[in-house]
Amino acid sequence: MALPTYASPLERVWYYTFRIICAAIFIFLIAPIIIVIPLSFNAEPYFTFTKEMLSLDPAGYSMRWYDTILTLGHAAPDGPRDGTWWSVAWETSTWIKAAKNSIWVAFWATIMATTLGTLAALGLSRPEMPYRKLITALLISPMIVPIIIIAVGMSFFYAKACVDTGSTFGALLAPFMSAKGCLANTDLGVIMAHATLGIPFVIITVTATLSGFDQSLMRASASLGANPSTTFFKVVMPLILPGVISGALFAFVTSFDEVVAVLFIAGPEQQTIPRQMFNGIREQISPAILAVATLLVIISICLLATVEILRRRSEKLRGVTPQ
Amino acid sequence: MADATGALLTTSDGRPLKAALAQAQARAKRRAFFLVTPLLLFIVLTFLVPIGYMLKRSFEHDGFSKSAPQLAAWFAANPKGTAPDEAAYAALVADLAQMQIDKTPGQAGTRINYTVPGMISEFKAAARGAKDMTAPFKETMLALDPVWGEPKVWSAMRAASSKYTSDFYRVAADQKRGDDGGWAKGGDKERIYIYLFIKTFVLAGVITLICLLLAFPVAHLLATLPLAKASLLMILVLLPFWTSLLVRTTAWIVLLQQQGVVNSLLVWIGLIGDDGRIVMINNQTGTIIAMSHVLLPFMVLPLYSVMKTIPPSYARAARSLGGTSWTTFRRVYLPQTIPGIAAGSLLVFILAVGYYLTPALVGGADGILISNLIDFHMDKSNWSLAAALAAILLVAILILYWVYDRLIGIDRLKFG
Repeated sequence: MALPTYASPLERVWYYTFRIICAAIFIFLIAPIIIVIPLSFNAEPYFTFTKEMLSLDPAGYSMRWYDTILTLGHAAPDGPRDGTWWSVAWETSTWIKAAKNSIWVAFWATIMATTLGTLAALGLSRPEMPYRKLITALLISPMIVPIIIIAVGMSFFYAKACVDTGSTFGALLAPFMSAKGCLANTDLGVIMAHATLGIPFVIITVTATLSGFDQSLMRASASLGANPSTTFFKVVMPLILPGVISGALFAFVTSFDEVVAVLFIAGPEQQTIPRQMFNGIREQISPAILAVATLLVIISICLLATVEILRRRSEKLRGVTPQ
Repeated sequence: MADATGALLTTSDGRPLKAALAQAQARAKRRAFFLVTPLLLFIVLTFLVPIGYMLKRSFEHDGFSKSAPQLAAWFAANPKGTAPDEAAYAALVADLAQMQIDKTPGQAGTRINYTVPGMISEFKAAARGAKDMTAPFKETMLALDPVWGEPKVWSAMRAASSKYTSDFYRVAADQKRGDDGGWAKGGDKERIYIYLFIKTFVLAGVITLICLLLAFPVAHLLATLPLAKASLLMILVLLPFWTSLLVRTTAWIVLLQQQGVVNSLLVWIGLIGDDGRIVMINNQTGTIIAMSHVLLPFMVLPLYSVMKTIPPSYARAARSLGGTSWTTFRRVYLPQTIPGIAAGSLLVFILAVGYYLTPALVGGADGILISNLIDFHMDKSNWSLAAALAAILLVAILILYWVYDRLIGIDRLKFG
């Protein structure tokens, strides 16, 4: 959008005004995320830049809020930082426990969503698929229906979704259920809820990858004697892998960031990072939240970079060249 | 071989080609469906069944019906409109006495209280004295409190004597029992739900408009810049998209607080005095600012993908034919971006209407949306009312979703 040589003075003014407006909007988009990073190093418990910080005085900065992440809930926070201290931190620190829970839940939710979602996307992208529009609409709807509705429904359902732990079938499921044999307040319940929320993202990304997929490759593979599973793993999978991984990352982030369903269906055992943050913000917001937020921003930068690299790779594989 | 069947094409094993093709197609159909089946079952279990439970819950409440069997029997025996006689009052007193033993007058009163405000305390008071009451029960009850003779209480109890009810949708429409026992508008204090639904839609509209105004220039810039620069700037749009919602909301709390960065900056510039710090958080302003930021990428991405397909030659042609830059924009460029505007606006509006987290954290008292009220009623154990409100919200969302599908098509939904 270079400025043409015949532009009138007024157009020149507008050209630069437009760029300034755009710059302001970009600042609006990005500034809130960037601003938490320096503030998390604040030596004082304030949410604004102190005089020391503005004059770049080292005394204005500290790592105390990052230290809080480690010591909150720590059984013996004041001892020397040796191996024992760290192993106690690993077991007892509130934030570390929350991180472990979050990763555990997000990992299994991602596996569930990606496996089921990829299979379904393969089916949906076949031209023979019956009721394709209706089924796609249903599978995408967890993204459209407000999370509060899903959470309310699940909290009713999970309280009733119980097995008789005495029966053979019930005994099989008992380790995944709560003490009463119900889905409420269990890891499995949260994992299933998060998988449901992640599935639309997997469907969308994998279907998008498959839209550029040449179906005749499968026939070629079959005519050369490969059975369906060989065709899938040797021909289809390598081509759609970037889409699958992007979908999986979306599903992971969805779960890792999800708090509303957790608030409704989880018990005290399922304390995740977002839940801990939510409670922290509601009760008394301290700069320690900003330290956690900074770490999360760094994680999201890494994820974004991964997805971008995958997208470019996928476009290259499919022969879509950026113009 | 003169008969008709002989003329049919056959496969190598002698079957008619048409039948073989139909069979192969049916098999392909089954295979495709078979791949989708596991997910379909999963979604039914984790999504449709829970929503079904919620809808069922919005139509049922057994707080009164389970602890008033004798009154239920009297209601069943006497048609609607029968004035309560001595037998009715006897049944009421007997049920109240049993409630006191079972410690359930609060639950029963709560059920009636939804449609006749103030009845919880009446039930508790009446149940306390019920076992010592003597005939004639009608006079005794009316002496205790004349409210027990009012038609609205009796019609409310008749409605509540069944476990299944549509009362909660009436309550969600701000209605209560009028003095004649029929439905009437609630008092000013009770008219909160319709107001909040309207407010939710208005705020969602405002947020959508702000997003559109902010996203349009950015998407246009991204679509017209050379690709290398555009992808770099695109990261600035995608990073908020990938950043935790809680982080973004926290950031806004930090920025907008009275002792926060924005206010400090304004004081430092001298726009406001130190004692004149603006309240931008825990009110509607906070909700609008933070949600516009959170939902902006959902507007930029669809706009960008449409604008990228608009050939710049059209605008140049319009200019060379003598159009001013404003006419070119209004008559040539803008109409071509309408699919993107529709897609982005609908998506942002749908997401905004059901938003929970951001208003819960930055909305304070007057910046909350309908989702937050549903949460409030869940918290207060008003499950049926929460479910009815959620069901109404769900219907609104499904209509919008249907419109989105008709106008844009859900298969066009994608990210990045």
